[in-house]
Order: sequence, then C-alpha cells, then structure tokens
Amino acid sequence: MKQYETVIGLEVHVELATKTKIFCSCSTAFGGAPNTHTCPVCTGMPGSLPVLNRQVVEYAVAVGLALNCSIARCCKFDRKNYFYPDNPQNYQISQLYLPICRDGGVEIETSAGPKVIGIHEIHMEEDAGKLTHDEWEDCSLVDYNRSGVPLIEIVSEPDLRSAEEVIACLEQLRTTIRYLGASDCKLQEGSMRADVNLSVREVGAKAYGTRTEMKNLNSFKAIVRAIEAERQRQIELLEEGKAIVQQTRRWDDNKEQSYPMRSKEDAQDYRYFPEPDLACVAVDDAWLERIKNRQPELRAQKLARYRTEYEIPEYDARLLTATKEMADVFEAASALCGKPKKVSNWLMVETMRLQKERGMEPEEIPFSPENLAKLVELTEAGTINSTVAKQVFEEMFSHDVDPQQYVAQKGLRTVSDEGALAECARQVIAQNPKSVEDYRGGKQKAIGFLVGQTMKAMKGKADPGIVNRLLKEFLEEE
Amino acid sequence: MELTALTAAALAEKIQKKELTAKAAVQACLQQMRRLEPELNSFVTIDEKGALAQAEEVQQKIDAGELTGPLAGVPIALKDNLCTEGLRTTCSSRMLEQFTPGYTAEAVRRLQKAGMIILGKTNMDEFAMGSTTETSYFGATKNPWNLAHVPGGSSGGSCAAVAAEECFLALGSDTGGSIRQPSAFCGVTGIKPTYGTVSRYGLIAYGSSLDQIGPIARDVMDCALLLDVIAGWDAKDSTSIRQDGAGGMPPGGYGFAEALRAEEAAGMVKCLQGLRIGIPRDYFGQGLDPEVKTSVLAAAQTLACLGAEVEEFHLGLVDYAIPAYYVIACAEASSNLARFDGVKYGHRAAAYEGLHQMYKRTRSEGFGPEVKRRIMLGAFVLSSGYYDAYYLKALRTKALIKQEFDKAFARYDLLLGPTAPTTAPRLGESLADPIQMYLGDVYTVAVNLAGLPSMSLSCGIDPAGLPIGLQLIADCFGESRLLRAAYALEQTRTERRCPLAQTEQPGAEQTIFAPAGPSDAGSEPAERSE
Repeated sequence: MKQYETVIGLEVHVELATKTKIFCSCSTAFGGAPNTHTCPVCTGMPGSLPVLNRQVVEYAVAVGLALNCSIARCCKFDRKNYFYPDNPQNYQISQLYLPICRDGGVEIETSAGPKVIGIHEIHMEEDAGKLTHDEWEDCSLVDYNRSGVPLIEIVSEPDLRSAEEVIACLEQLRTTIRYLGASDCKLQEGSMRADVNLSVREVGAKAYGTRTEMKNLNSFKAIVRAIEAERQRQIELLEEGKAIVQQTRRWDDNKEQSYPMRSKEDAQDYRYFPEPDLACVAVDDAWLERIKNRQPELRAQKLARYRTEYEIPEYDARLLTATKEMADVFEAASALCGKPKKVSNWLMVETMRLQKERGMEPEEIPFSPENLAKLVELTEAGTINSTVAKQVFEEMFSHDVDPQQYVAQKGLRTVSDEGALAECARQVIAQNPKSVEDYRGGKQKAIGFLVGQTMKAMKGKADPGIVNRLLKEFLEEE
Repeated sequence: MELTALTAAALAEKIQKKELTAKAAVQACLQQMRRLEPELNSFVTIDEKGALAQAEEVQQKIDAGELTGPLAGVPIALKDNLCTEGLRTTCSSRMLEQFTPGYTAEAVRRLQKAGMIILGKTNMDEFAMGSTTETSYFGATKNPWNLAHVPGGSSGGSCAAVAAEECFLALGSDTGGSIRQPSAFCGVTGIKPTYGTVSRYGLIAYGSSLDQIGPIARDVMDCALLLDVIAGWDAKDSTSIRQDGAGGMPPGGYGFAEALRAEEAAGMVKCLQGLRIGIPRDYFGQGLDPEVKTSVLAAAQTLACLGAEVEEFHLGLVDYAIPAYYVIACAEASSNLARFDGVKYGHRAAAYEGLHQMYKRTRSEGFGPEVKRRIMLGAFVLSSGYYDAYYLKALRTKALIKQEFDKAFARYDLLLGPTAPTTAPRLGESLADPIQMYLGDVYTVAVNLAGLPSMSLSCGIDPAGLPIGLQLIADCFGESRLLRAAYALEQTRTERRCPLAQTEQPGAEQTIFAPAGPSDAGSEPAERSE
C-alpha cells in the first residue's frame, strides 16, 4: 500500500462570553423559557435594525492578538443568505470580505516538537435559533433565545497532519480563549464547535487531495475517532481507484461512522453581500491599544515565568497554568504566604483530587487564595499537623472557611506540650504490651502502631515528631 | 376658509391659541376621508378611534401647557411601511395584510412625542416597489388632481392624502424617488433627507443603503417643521448620523423651520443673492415632456430674479444611475424580504407539505408580481458568478456617481431639474411596461445612490390640470439650503389648492376632475371598514 499523509484544516466556532447578544441588548444567558430572551431585532421583525455590541469586537480582537493575527483597522459585515427557520431573517450577519483578524498562528506541542499552525482568519457572526420537531404534534417549534448570540469563527490553514495535532491545536485555542475570558469553550455544551476539513494525499505529493468537511463533533474523543474513520474511508476509496467527492459529512459518534449531508454540487449559493444596515467597524489606534493593555498574561508567558520565579517542576507548572483560575489562585496564595511549593502541592494534590471526586471543572476553585495561604502558614508554623490540615482543607474546599478561625473554633491546634504528650505516651505503652514486646524484640516498625494510638488518643492534634521521640525515649528507658 | 385647507403651522398655532381643538382637526380630516376615500383610496388603514383618543390626550397636554411644539395637535398620515405598535402595518402587501407590529418606528415615536396625531396608514406600492401606487395589494390610489391618473409612487397614498387635504402632513419613504416623484405628481412638497438624517428603525426595509424617511406637506414651511421633528441621531440605527455640534449641526436639533422664519423676518429680499444653482443639461434631454421643461426653466428664471446665479452644466453618468440603482436596490430587497417566509408572522399558505413547499407557496401567494420581479432580479445579481459583473459594478458606478455630484457641488450650492420627465401618467399605463416605468426614475435615483438631500416642489400645472414638480438637490447635509431656495421660490407662486379637496366647489374648477366621471364624489359619505 502507498503511504498517505492526512491534511487537516479546522473551522472552530466559539461562542463569546458577552452578557448581551451581538446586535441587540437581549441576554445571552442559557436556559430561559423559549423566546423570552428575544426582541424585534433577534426575531427578525420587519423594520428592526442591528446595532453592533462593542464587546464582541473587543473579544474578537483579543483572540486575534493572542493568535498573532493582523487586526483589520476597518472591517465590515456581510449577509449570508439562506432560508431556514432557525434563522429569523433568512440571512446570517457574518463577515466574508473583510474579517476582523487575518494571518495568525497558534503554536502547538507535538511528539516531534513545537509546530505553528497558521490561522487564516477570524470573523464575527451571529448564532441561529434552535429548531425542535415535535413528532407527537407533527409540528416544528423554533426558539430564538440563541438567535444573535455572538460567535467568532477561527479558520485555520490546512497545516494539521494528525488527530494528535488537531487535539493539541484545539486545546491550545481553548486555553488561550479561556485565559482571555472570551468564552468558556465547552465542546459538549456547544460553546466551542469544531468542523474538520480533511483530505489525504500520497506522501511527497504537492497538490492537496479532495477534501470533505466533517460536522457534529461534540467531544475531543469524537474528533479523534472521526478523523481516523474519515482518513481510512478516503484512503480506501483511493486504493480502490475511486474519486473522493467534495462534500459535507455528519459524524454519528454512536455508530462511529459519518454520513454525507450535502455535496459541492448542491451546495447553497449564499449570495453574500455587504450588510447595508451596519457601518464599517473602525478599530483605531487608541482602541487597539486599550485592548492590548488589557490582555492578560497568557499560558506560554506564565510557564516561562514560573520556571524562573517559582522554581517548581515543569510538570507542576504545566498543571497549574492549565486554567487561568488555577494559576491566579496559585500566584495570589504564593504571594501571600511565600511558599509556592506548598501552595502548588495543595492545588495539585488535594484540590485536583476533590475536583475530580465532585465532578468539578479544573477552573472551579471554591476557596480564596487568602484562605489557602493561611492554611499553608498554619501548617508551616506547626500550628496544625498534616492530618488536621487535610481535614481543614476539605472544610475550606466545601465551605471556603477561614482556616485560622476554623482551627481556633474547633480546637485543632497541635498539642506540643510535652507533659501532656508524655502522659499519654506512657498510657499507650502501658495499654499495648504486645507492641512494646515486639519493639523491644527488634521489630522497629512496631513503634508506628504506638504512634498511631497516641495520635488517636490525642484526637490527631499531637505533633507526630514529638510523639515519636517521646515513645522512643520511654521504650528505650525501661 | 375650510379647516383642512390650513397649513400645519397655522393649524397648530390656532390650537395653541385655543381657537381650534385637535379633535376638530381630526374630525375635519375624517370627514374629508369619508367624502373622498371611496374614490381616492389613499389610505390602507384609517384609525378613527385611535386618532380621536390621541386628540383627546394631546389636547389635555396642550391645555396643561405641556405640549407647546409647533406641530402639537396636528393630524398626520403615515406611509404603511412605518411600524406602528398595535396598528396594522401592511406595506400594501398581502404578505402583511394581518400584520400588527409590536413596536413603533423611531420617526413615528418622535411625531408622537411632538404631540402629533396619527390618522392612519397610507397606501403605497407593495413594499415600496413601484412608481405609481398601482402595485398595492389594496388597489391603486388615484391622483386627486385627476382621478384617471396615478398619484405616483411609491408614497402615492401619503402624497394624495396631503393634496386632497385628508391630512395636514404625511411621512413617506424614498429609495429611488418615492417621496419626490409622487410629491411632484400630486402638487405637494416632499423632502428626501441626506441618508442617515432620519432613523430607519421601524421602516420596513426595501433597499437599506438607499431608504430614507421624509416629510410630505403642502408647503415648504410645513416640510421644514416636520423634518425638524423626525431628524436626528438614533442609537438604534447604526447608519444614522450623529449630531455632535460639529459640522454645522447643532446638538439641539437642526432648526430648519427656525432658519426659514429668520429669513422671512429679514424680508426675503434678494435672499438668494450669491446662491449658485447648476442646471444639469443632461436632465433636459430626450423623453422630457415639453410642458415640464418649460415650467422648470421658468422656475430657474425666477430663482435668478431672486438673486441666484443660475447656469447650465454637464453632469456625468446620468444614464448609469438607473441600472446601478435597480441592481443595488433589488439586491438588498432580495435579502431584506427573505424574512417574509410564513414562519414567524404575516401570510402563510393554507396547505403545504414540508418546509420547502411552505416557503414556496407562502411567498408565491404573499407577494405581487413587481415584488417577485425585483426579488428575482436581486437574487440573480448577487448569485455566484454574477456578483462581480453586476453587484460590484453597480457599487463602483455608485461611487463614480457620487464623484460626479462632488464635482458639481464644488461649483454649485444647489442643482435644479425636473422631478420626473412627465406629469402623472394615466392609471394602467405604466405597469404594462416595467422598463419604461423604471426609466421614469431617471432624475431621482442618482440622489439616493449618492445619499444626497433633495426636495420636490410644485412649479406649475399642465393643460390636463396635473401638477408639475421640480427637484432641488443639495450636497450632503444641505437641507437648509434646499429649504431656503424652495421657500423663496414658493413665495413667488400663487397658491393652488387641489380642487378635489374643496368641499365648496367653485363652478369654474369643476371641470378639472370631470374626466374621472363621478361629479358626486363628495356628496356621499361612505363608511370604510378596516
């Protein structure tokens, strides 16, 4: 069999996190009763006119800057005409001729090292409503709550060569956009949607093969499976000497198969033309400068800084910077207590464990950096021991309690009064002759049991170091 | 003098002075409608109850001294493509026969704020596509000067209603001449303001980049007063022009009427001294009715007598305006009218199988032939493979036409020409030959392509008793200049009232509308159902 290369380009739709819609002041909030977040504009009433939400432009420019795009100083909207009931005007306001961002790139890590994936353009557009078919009543219902929710579409160059690269690219995009606060980028909920354009060609061939576009990819796993399947399908066709039809296909993740939706021949003519109801968007120097100044430190910059500033392992730095929320808590807590390694441990071990246990997202950090810093300080000062600290942490994670107050209220301070501890240790020795005998008979490990018993008797609040030393002393004594 | 013959300014003054009430004004209009509507058909919807209720409310505010504006209490008619909350808005189409908007157009909201009273919605060419008001689903409106003729269009209902004194003022919309041409045909005064002067929010779009709402009145002062009410920046229309005090536009409003009053107070003597008026030779060529030509040139003479420097010049690209206009307007219309699909509002076919058939039947039934023709033309010029050849070329032509006007306005303050090549054609004459009808827009469409302000006013009557209109064109934001020249010209003319409007017919003028037949048009007050 010949050797084939897969060529992939992405079209990624991202729903922007604005409070209101792109062309009217209706709420973008999820979950309202059907057609309650609507007005004459987003339901396409005759005579209504769109007014652009400036925040949409700011987010689009912020994403464009983060992806090293050139920003159009004067961009325009165009109408994409097609009839479908989810689209109240029967045209979508989008950008074709002069998109807001062009010619950028996103750097990804691959097994062969770093690689830059070109970004062809980013444009702004409006989302459509939601159509549901009621089989029982045999009618279709349309909800325009999502109609007019702002989207950006990021179009990559056909620079990707494998599913691994596609996932790396999407993850990089997602992290960047989330750092910017421009979107939560959830594939399952549809706030990030990726269409995959894929073709194959013989290794060494110059020209691209005929491509297909794959839609309905709702998770990274589905994307990987769809790429593999489509690659196989195309190669098999070529091996059989058949031609690949340029078409749009729909992925069915349950059946792990795709189906043709429409081919190029019956592709719609969208009759794009400049949107006459909107003036061109002028992004002047001052505005661009304001957006630039507001850009947060992105992940790559953070990683580089962590390496030198915090002296924590690369692995830890990567985990901590995976979300901006985590990185923010890390930096704030570290600044407060001056113990980045300890803060990092709490975040990487206990926080991530509890998040996983409770089915929370990595960006959901339910406690304040102040409280985490206090907890670190309490532990470092020996005010509480590590067992108690975990207990306090759980309480802090669940209810964001102030560790200092909590420890004080519950009387959780470590007992380091040697008199009290000595008394307790002697009691434990007296009550456990078997273990004492074992220890004295050379089983050094038996002391562990006695330490545990002492800690238990002290309700966990004892300083385990002192307990250990005292027990040893007493056992050696007799 | 009959009440309906008053100008809006005079009426409002009398209402402020308690010599008349808003209710009396409304009733006089309703009475006139009862008398004339069965024949004239200038209204699609008459809101008798609503108008009387508004009159009551407005009168209370006037009595309380809360409404003192120069048009408070004046009844007005609205072209039926302006959305009015709770009042049916049809665009004279079967598609919107039962459509009642949930909101009011910004321009209309401003009228209401000024204490004006909405009488109803006037007939128009379906979706403003036409030059005769014959493409209306609700039947043609007749020309009040001669009922065998069309009133022009598409704002034919508004212009006929103003001329026939069924209302004192009206709003129209102008995409390619739709205010100016029927104003000329009906002997009234109408302005198409600079693009962006009046908010388009709530105007059901035909060609969005060309559409402007404008005033229609019986004289220049009334036009200026109404333009003052409706003009101004609106956050809801991204193409509306912001007044920030710069560029000669005071933040408190344009003050067009005030400027005229000041002019008048100064005596109007040689008031056009130094005004340079250019007459495009190209507007006086083939196809121009000699009667129209004579009247317009006579007006040019008058303007010269008033002190203006009038000279002929060559305006380029005149022949390219119509093709460029029809390509751009129809392209935008094909998209603007896509929303009328039976899904959300308006007409929906009674029987269909599946979505595609619902679309097809709904739109086949809901739209008339002229609308379909323009949608098809527009969809064609935007389609892949033709976009560059038609749409882009039209946009480039538009830019070049604007340059031609820029050159002209480097030399002249105003341009003067006929509004239309002929007076109002007979009913049924135009629709038979759409291309001929499109060519009638030769003098008006270029103004919309260039976004310029322009005004039509009456300058004579032809032997058939039909009014002749002239058109003044100014550079962008030159409305006050337009108004000044028009006002001066108007002072030199003897007032001519539309004979049909007069309840007590002087015998001599009876003959004017004799060709229409029914001489008892006025004697039978007919009820009109809505």
